[in-house]
Amino acid sequence: MSLFHSLADLGQYCIFMGKVFSIPDRWKVFGKRTVAEISKLGVDSIPLVLIISIFIGAVITIQMKLNSTSPFLPSYTVGLATREIILLEFSNSILCLILAGKVGSNITSEIGTMRVTEQIDALEIMGVNSANFLALPKIVAFVVFMPVLVILCMGTSFVGGLGVAYFTEIISYTQLVEGFQTLFIEWYVWYGLIKSLFFAFIIASVACYYGYYVKGGALQVGAASTRGVVSSSILILLFDVLLTKVLL
Amino acid sequence: MIEVKNVTKSFEGKTVLHDVSADFYTGKTNLIIGQSGSGKTVLMKSLVGLLRPEQGQILFDGRDILQMKPGEMKELRKEIGMLFQGSALFDSETVLGNVMFPLMMFTSMSYAEQRDRAMFCIERVNLGGSENKYPSELSGGMQKRAAIARAISLNPKYLFCDEPNSGLDPRTSILIDDLLSDITHEYGITTVINTHDMNSVLGIGENIIFLNKGHREWVGDMHKIFSATNQALNDFVFATDLFQEVKEYIVRNGHTAHGSARRNKDNYEI
Repeated sequence: MSLFHSLADLGQYCIFMGKVFSIPDRWKVFGKRTVAEISKLGVDSIPLVLIISIFIGAVITIQMKLNSTSPFLPSYTVGLATREIILLEFSNSILCLILAGKVGSNITSEIGTMRVTEQIDALEIMGVNSANFLALPKIVAFVVFMPVLVILCMGTSFVGGLGVAYFTEIISYTQLVEGFQTLFIEWYVWYGLIKSLFFAFIIASVACYYGYYVKGGALQVGAASTRGVVSSSILILLFDVLLTKVLL
Repeated sequence: MIEVKNVTKSFEGKTVLHDVSADFYTGKTNLIIGQSGSGKTVLMKSLVGLLRPEQGQILFDGRDILQMKPGEMKELRKEIGMLFQGSALFDSETVLGNVMFPLMMFTSMSYAEQRDRAMFCIERVNLGGSENKYPSELSGGMQKRAAIARAISLNPKYLFCDEPNSGLDPRTSILIDDLLSDITHEYGITTVINTHDMNSVLGIGENIIFLNKGHREWVGDMHKIFSATNQALNDFVFATDLFQEVKEYIVRNGHTAHGSARRNKDNYEI
């Protein structure tokens, strides 16, 4: 039964995407809405990204140092491991799991509320392709802005790690910087950015889907929001495995 | 004119509309009345194309919407305005933004022209001065008026109103009824109103379609309703002692609905 529901959901999601990815009625309106969504979904997420990144960067550094006590390990180990964790997983997968909660629930509740208050019906009756009008600017905006968030996350996480070295005596500043620079592979940055694009698409499109098909009232909007966040989190983890296999 | 011919609609094997036929006239306020669950909303949603009946015809001035291609339907939708039960104003837009929305999406007007047209519609529904307010800052009646302004912004040929008086106090309900009636006559719109409100029925019901358990049981107007013999209609319309007494008084004295249920506009301000 559960499998049947999942397949039905997948089919409905594909139909929804078919409606979303059609030519906008008015490019000018689409452009304006996309810019507004970049501000709402992307720019407004920057403070959260900065706060999380700086603390997680610091925590990763401390934990790396506390767990790398062997005298046989080279001095750059802590910096190198911290950097790889930040570039390969934290700045994309973990960040996107966090954003799935913030941005995903925001999108689902907004569109879901529009559904239960008949605003989507109003758009349909006017002859507007409501799926395209509501979802496409959000998906495009979030996918376009996600690399900015990822790069900010990477940079701020390093700053968090450096903060630990600067303000405490857990690790020396020079050792950490040496570790950050040792055996650097540029592709890892690209790998993180590419993954984040897929994750951004998953977060925005799944959230839009769950919001668009809400039936009922406020309670159902909340439930849809939860389902959207859970589904996109699972999909992010699934695609994380697939993309890691493909890209690395 | 909208003609509904032998429309049947079912949900999961349960027939909600049974072979319903009705005519909705241009320049008149056409009311669909009936108890909850009688099929009013399903009929209205079928009329505006949100639901697709299994059989029958729905003709908008001869054009059958059930035979239309998506492109033709999209064109027809530009001729339709709709007032929803909950107003359905866009929360993120001001009153002006809401009224300008259809103009922005479907006309090639400049911004200034769109604004002028929107302001004209806002003034027409007596909401001048509230154009920069958001829906959450408006009362229920003002939201309804803003929704009417949005519905008429494209000069629709057909106006659909789903329970326009729901949640409003009697005085505001009268204002909304009068506004809908005035707009209908002023612009020659085919207005279809789905309502439970007996004041509306007796005040603006120029063409009334009564649905009972998915069947169209009676057609008439606010004057004929007093002499109707249909038991289900009488049980529905004259359900309260007050309306029963009004009916008896009118029948006894040979008055019309206009004489009893029409309101005195001097008693309140719009």
